[in-house]
Amino acid sequence: MSSRDLILARVRRALAGVPDVEITRAYRGPSERPGEIGLFEERVRDYHAVVHLVDEPGVAERVALSLAARGARRVVVPAGFPAPWLAAADAEAVADDPPLSAADLGAVDGVLTTCAVAIAETGTIVLDAGPGQGRRALSLVPDYHLCVVRTAQIVAGVPDAVARLAPARPLTWISGPSATSDIELNRVEGVHGPRTLEVLIVT
Amino acid sequence: MSVTFLGMPPTRPFPRNAARALRDSQLRFNLRKATRTIRARRASVVAEAPDWAGLREAGRAIKEHTLRNLDRYLVRLEEAVTAAGGHVHWAADAAEANRIVAGLVKATGETEVVKVKSMATQEIGLNEALLEHGITAYETDLAELIVQLGDDQPSHILVPAIHRNRAEIREIFAEHMAGWGRPAPEDLTDDPAALAEAARLHLRERFLKTKVAISGANFAIAETGTMVVLESEGNGRMCLTLPRTLISVVGIEKVLPTWRDLEVFLQLLPRSSTGERMNPYTSMWTGAAEGQEFHLVLLDNGRTGVLADEVGRQALRCIRCSACLNVCPVYERAGGHAYGSVYPGPIGAILTPQLRGMGSELDRSLPYASSLCGACYEVCPVAIDIPSVLVDLRSRARHPWPERAGMAAAGWVLERSGRLARLQRAAGRLRRLTPRRLPGPLAGWTDTRDLPEMPEESFREWWDRTDGGRR
Ligand code: SF4
Repeated sequence: MSSRDLILARVRRALAGVPDVEITRAYRGPSERPGEIGLFEERVRDYHAVVHLVDEPGVAERVALSLAARGARRVVVPAGFPAPWLAAADAEAVADDPPLSAADLGAVDGVLTTCAVAIAETGTIVLDAGPGQGRRALSLVPDYHLCVVRTAQIVAGVPDAVARLAPARPLTWISGPSATSDIELNRVEGVHGPRTLEVLIVT
Repeated sequence: MSVTFLGMPPTRPFPRNAARALRDSQLRFNLRKATRTIRARRASVVAEAPDWAGLREAGRAIKEHTLRNLDRYLVRLEEAVTAAGGHVHWAADAAEANRIVAGLVKATGETEVVKVKSMATQEIGLNEALLEHGITAYETDLAELIVQLGDDQPSHILVPAIHRNRAEIREIFAEHMAGWGRPAPEDLTDDPAALAEAARLHLRERFLKTKVAISGANFAIAETGTMVVLESEGNGRMCLTLPRTLISVVGIEKVLPTWRDLEVFLQLLPRSSTGERMNPYTSMWTGAAEGQEFHLVLLDNGRTGVLADEVGRQALRCIRCSACLNVCPVYERAGGHAYGSVYPGPIGAILTPQLRGMGSELDRSLPYASSLCGACYEVCPVAIDIPSVLVDLRSRARHPWPERAGMAAAGWVLERSGRLARLQRAAGRLRRLTPRRLPGPLAGWTDTRDLPEMPEESFREWWDRTDGGRR
């Protein structure tokens, strides 16, 4: 008997005559309302990420300012990132085509991405490798991540995000910069992922 | 019948281990500070969720329903993962899982793997097994790194090095990093940020060059074949995305029926475990993502035995959040190592004897490692009635009566925290006079262990005196 069959047989034997249970979902499910921008902003800040609110025409200038403030000279820009948002920036935009090696990614000064969904209640952004986001390593290896979020992408809570996302895509949920609490439960920002997360909310 | 392996051999009974921990005032201090911090954090983010009771009830019911139909959902998961280009393996016990993983690593021709913190791989003793095949496994979670470099055992599910303070961690890094790769900086201080930076530098190169990674998973979605890993540092993302081959060892109870079920568990888990609204990073992937080779190893290792137990099977609902450890007065004093298994605290006290059986003195003593105060049940996000399972296991564990009386006495002290505080203050002042043996019928209890030794000053006194350790 294969281990597969053995395990399945053990499971079936263990469950003989056990009644099933009903699942009641008495919690806040996906809502009709969009996520509150102010709440999202506050919750992202709670994680010690940097947040800016800008209007669409102001994005290019804000991107340029943020990159300049970091002294970022070379930044990875995934395919599909809106070109106008880069127009004012001084930094060199590095494409992931052909795919950059991990070492190449470690050598750039940062990465710019869009996102798929953002969650107000938890201050989370979710990347799904769609346009402007690239493969997962792009937003991981560089030490600085600048993410542009459109207000239409902000949903109220976790159930809304789950409903909007496609499980077949590789997903990365990001809530603040990389952090650890392993040393005496003191929160330290910045371990292996980007140590600085900056979020631009486009109103 | 073979005995299920749980990461370490059953050693001495719980009370003896606990007595040793109680004599270690540094350990008690570290534990107390850490569990209190995390407890307060959890309480505040749970209070913030107006529908917590509804989420908890749904979490319980989804898990119970899944376990009731586990065969169906496992087969479904296998189909979905395979359809998405992944490979599924089934391991009846620890030895088989280790054999499978070692074989998969060898097939890649590599001799080094990076690891994401995972309870399942600790449970099966994977690192040691791989070493026998000439494969070195590098732990990448900061706490696991501390444990690995210090040649130590984890003592907490979520914060495995909770028993270490910053000075000890600095020493471990300074002394042992060089033996495993990039040495610690010469001028390393015990500032947590400096220690985290040292870990970042130590592991950076390894992440960029290692070709095989091994992980566990918090959830595996049967409907879609999606694997879910929650983490904080980004070491998980490094392991899950950069290497060419990814092997995930996952207990069969980790399956969830549908994608939608994540809307419940992605709220329950972060708030219960780290006390955050959301943990910094959650990765989800389905099959061979971005061209990676993906292997899923489904692990039984005693779980089907637990599933057969009418009362005890609820332990399989556990999502390893560790909330029950952080509220447990016995864990706070005894520490994780006393439980003699990778699963410490209240969940360990019910899971270990069920998985491993009650053949050893340690495993028979674990159901008594509780005052039955019920705090674990109250915080459990999937409503596991740990006290009831403990009582049920006690009825099956042969134990001499002084032991039971002794544990009842421990419960009496523990449950009355106000009394404990007064007692501790008094005992601190009268330290030399504290008896090493209890009088009368309870002498049977102190025959096998020392009375909890009281620190010279209480935490509060210490805090006031040193301004939280800054002076
Ligand atoms: S038993 Fe409950 S509280 Fe304890 S670790 Fe498991 S899920 Fe968390």
